[in-house]
Amino acid sequence: MLILLLAIPILHRSPAFEDFIIRLSAMALFATSLNLLVGTTGMVSFGHGMFYGFGAYAFGLTMQLTELSLPVAALFAVALTTIAALVVGAICVRLSTDYFAFITLAVQMLFFSVIVSWQSLTGGDQGLRGGIPRRHIFGFDLGSQLHLYQFCAIVAVLGLLALRHVSMSPFGNTLRMIRDNAERAGFVGIILWRARLLAFTIAGGFAGMGGVLAALFVSGAYPELADWPNSGQAIFAVMLGGINSFLGPVLGATILLAMNDLVQRFTEYHGLVLGVVILAFALGLRRGVLDFIHLVWSKRAR
Amino acid sequence: MDFNALGACFTTPACVVTQATSGLIVGMLLFLVAAGLTLIFGVLKIVNFAHGTFYMLGGYVAYSAYAETDSYALAVLAGAVAMALFGVLFERVLMSRVYGSNVLMQLLVCYAVVLIFDDIVKIVWGPEFRAMGMPAAFQVPPLFIAGGVVPPFYAVLIGIAALIAIVLSLGLSRTRLGKTVRAAAVNPQMVSALGVNTTVLFAIVFAIGGGLAGLAGALAGPVRSLSPGMGFSILIEGFIVTVIGGMGSIAGAMVAALVIGLVRGFGTIGFPGFTDGLIYIVMIGILVLRPQGLFGRPL
Repeated sequence: MLILLLAIPILHRSPAFEDFIIRLSAMALFATSLNLLVGTTGMVSFGHGMFYGFGAYAFGLTMQLTELSLPVAALFAVALTTIAALVVGAICVRLSTDYFAFITLAVQMLFFSVIVSWQSLTGGDQGLRGGIPRRHIFGFDLGSQLHLYQFCAIVAVLGLLALRHVSMSPFGNTLRMIRDNAERAGFVGIILWRARLLAFTIAGGFAGMGGVLAALFVSGAYPELADWPNSGQAIFAVMLGGINSFLGPVLGATILLAMNDLVQRFTEYHGLVLGVVILAFALGLRRGVLDFIHLVWSKRAR
Repeated sequence: MDFNALGACFTTPACVVTQATSGLIVGMLLFLVAAGLTLIFGVLKIVNFAHGTFYMLGGYVAYSAYAETDSYALAVLAGAVAMALFGVLFERVLMSRVYGSNVLMQLLVCYAVVLIFDDIVKIVWGPEFRAMGMPAAFQVPPLFIAGGVVPPFYAVLIGIAALIAIVLSLGLSRTRLGKTVRAAAVNPQMVSALGVNTTVLFAIVFAIGGGLAGLAGALAGPVRSLSPGMGFSILIEGFIVTVIGGMGSIAGAMVAALVIGLVRGFGTIGFPGFTDGLIYIVMIGILVLRPQGLFGRPL
């Protein structure tokens, strides 16, 4: 898959496609990390966009304020986001479903208002401007779109593989058990809050990684990255692709991004079209595309 | 942060009255929105993400009705009634199809409605801000209470919202319908088994919730400007109020709405530019100390 992705530009250069994949890598990481909470653990977080934005700002600020090299700054940003997720998670994971959703949303909105009002550091609602020095790393020149594309694709695929590893590990099975029957999981000796907190922290870290890629793409960071519609988009990507399939969120992010691009070309009323599509999907399929395919397949097999 | 200004405000009666009034206005509008939210959640266990859209549409319908009839009372009535009908339609046509399926599907349906109607408002009323203007009857000199300025319209607004709160809580505790609603909130299957048509009951609850949101939107017309997307900020605040008060509790919504309103009123003095953040801090603090909200049933 990765080889295929990296081979495409050699055969045919298409800036629009490369641009699409760069944005998709950020979005796919973001959505898949959210699914570790929503699909695997059964925790619906409305505030996951916070960590996406946090990653983007942490990376952008580190690059602007320090002399650290890009990979170090990226790792540092992901580490910071992970710590932030640990702290936020410690407050949130003890609450039950509905309240968990709202407190995560509230923490995200708090973070958002801090970004907007702390103008001296973040540039307020203008966003973090001045650009990020795109230095050379490992022979990649991130100033060139082709290299940025390759870099993002590699990071995203590695990140997704790592997330898949987490999801397939015994720990992933523990999370699924908590989702299906928290009480029983508690009886067999699993410390619920600790497992949930770990899942929350891991998911936050990977969302931060997505945020780093987003910051690289726009060469800065904007409050919108941490705003609620972004969390909504991620939830929609997860739902659209399918919460019970690992690649579901990636497919969902692809469909969503493609749809956004397509609709924006034809009409300014892009919410109207998106809304109608969502309605058709929620009332028609009632599950994500990949989950739907799985269901149809398993029925046929029987 | 400006604690000196806040301290100075608390020592001047005029400032206290002015800020408390603006806080009360916010709080009362929030209560009307949150009461509908909390009622719908209490009975149907649905988190109505489209509630802000009801508020927005109520405001716009009232705006148009006011432009047509020149009567503010009629405009408010039109906003409330239109949204009660819209609530029934929304419940019957859309939400009833996703009862019992994944909660996220309900969320998605609501999200879709929000997106669709934000754009419909743009198409019908235009993307720019609209102001309803103060009705002529209220264009009179303000009242002065302890030196603080209180426009008469504000006093009327607070009065109407307080009246609704009383009617609502009496209606829930005294009338047959209210008792049925409360019973359905505890155990809908049992209520249905006792011969109550829950389909109709759910539609009624959505009608009341929608009507309250529409009423709030219409009442807010003269004090706030209308814009597409205005539903979302009120939705978030409505949720905060519902969650702080305890989901499903009308009394909780009242107390929480007043708390949030007053935090906003005085927060603009002490923490200009960070008032929103202040509210989220209040919410996080309360949820950490009392996860089920102030008046919520223990989890």
